[in-house]
Amino acid sequence: MSHVEFIAPTKPEQAAAALLAGGAHARPLSGGTDLLVQLRSGRLPPGLIVDLKRIPEAIGIRQEGGGFVIGAATPGAALSEHRALGLAWPGVVEAANLIGSTQVQGRASMAGNLCNASPAADSVPALVAARATCVIVGPGGRRTAPVGSIAIGPGRTSLAPGEFVLEIHLPPRPARSGDAYLRLIPRTEMDIAVVGAGVNLTLDGDGVVTEAHVALGAVAPTVLLVADAGAALIGTKADEAALAALDAAARAACNPISDKRGTIEYRTKIAGVLARRAATIAYGRAEKRA
Amino acid sequence: MSKRQHISAVVNGDPVDFLTDPGATLLDALRDDLGLTGSKEGCGSGDCGACSVILDGRLVCSCLVLAVEAEGRRVETIEGMADGSKLHPLQQKFLEHAALQCGFCTPGLLVAAKALLDVNPDPTESEARYWLAGNLCRCTGYDKVIRAVMDAAAELRQVRV
Ligand SMILES: Cc1cc2nc3c(=O)[nH]c(=O)nc-3n(C[C@H](O)[C@H](O)[C@H](O)COP(=O)(O)OP(=O)(O)OC[C@H]3O[C@@H](n4cnc5c(N)ncnc54)[C@H](O)[C@@H]3O)c2cc1C
Ligand code: FES
Ligand code: FES
Repeated sequence: MSHVEFIAPTKPEQAAAALLAGGAHARPLSGGTDLLVQLRSGRLPPGLIVDLKRIPEAIGIRQEGGGFVIGAATPGAALSEHRALGLAWPGVVEAANLIGSTQVQGRASMAGNLCNASPAADSVPALVAARATCVIVGPGGRRTAPVGSIAIGPGRTSLAPGEFVLEIHLPPRPARSGDAYLRLIPRTEMDIAVVGAGVNLTLDGDGVVTEAHVALGAVAPTVLLVADAGAALIGTKADEAALAALDAAARAACNPISDKRGTIEYRTKIAGVLARRAATIAYGRAEKRA
Repeated sequence: MSKRQHISAVVNGDPVDFLTDPGATLLDALRDDLGLTGSKEGCGSGDCGACSVILDGRLVCSCLVLAVEAEGRRVETIEGMADGSKLHPLQQKFLEHAALQCGFCTPGLLVAAKALLDVNPDPTESEARYWLAGNLCRCTGYDKVIRAVMDAAAELRQVRV
């Protein structure tokens, strides 16, 4: 990897200016577990690497305004060590922790997972179901966007030249809320999702679902937020009829490809099964979170 | 060629300085600039764990870290594990349990196992297996590795009380 240039600014505005000046081959670096693999294999041409990890806001987990702010370059291992985050958002944390091995967890961030824009990125369905937003810094200043608007196709994002994600925000959590993420891989560790499903819901005092969001990974070019699947749970206690409706809605939303990991038919069927199971887990967690 | 950068870091407790190409990995710098050839390159893509080191307290693949990222950071490698000629209990148990054959994966497995016992002195077997899932071994079939790690953990707990 010769002809690589590297800078590690400490201010977000410096990073945005450098990314803009660096042109098409300039890249933000968080954990490097995608970027360095792509550079080393020659899939990405060398250029300017802008390390975000020396920007204080891009590292760490902060509780703000009743929600959580997660610095873009915070590694998965730090998420699993944060007790309050794990209690409020167990589904987001379990999704991020599925990424790779212990070594990969020491580096891999959710923002990198998001901006790499793989349809199978594990943390993204959980973040989309959580209605997470990101703070984006660019040459023109800051803006906020839903996590679901970042990836626009495999390997492609909606970020403009010079823009990068500085923080991921998880909204305030009402009582009796729960989330869960499940993925299917052919082995128990270290593989890419055949399908991933994230469910996030809130119950009223009687256990009736008042809000529900269902997101699916690896069944379309980008992660899908399946509004009909969420709607199938609302007003129910996630009973068998509601789960059957959610399963059907999840399958109907799928637009997958066939590859060595699974056929279109298999992926579609599994999407329904995983959405059902994740909904059941999320429901159980919501009941326990008084 | 890009301009080489001067990096100061702490490796196994000792301050080190080296010049590196901005595209070089930490693994390259450890092996080629600092002569620490214990860390191995099995894949170069984060899959095998032979290059495992501890960077500022976190287990990472040094093949997926740029050497320039190490500026001001602490790096622990396999070379820092024994105390002079006295082996670390993990190293001793790997020998006793014959947890290595060709030995290529061994430095990475030892560093990863040490990182586990640093945070979890009393892991279950399944915790140890999951923790070490990113360390591939072509020879041993893992059972002896796991036995050595569990045995070393037990011995270290004895030492601590
Ligand atoms: C062995 C191995 C196993 C893996 N297993 C999984 C898995 O099970 N599931 C899974 O989903 N992924 C997996 N991955 C892929 C990868 O680890 C994840 O996608 C990870 O979350 C990427 O995060 P990162 O911080 O390392 O990103 P980086 O590599 O730093 O960046 C990824 C991309 O996003 C850009 N980027 C990084 N940060 C930002 C930012 N803040 N703003 C804008 N752009 C940014 C980079 O320029 C690059 O294009 C695996 C990788 C390896 C090596
Ligand atoms: S050489 Fe780094 S993981 Fe294989
Ligand atoms: S002992 Fe040969 S690879 Fe593990």
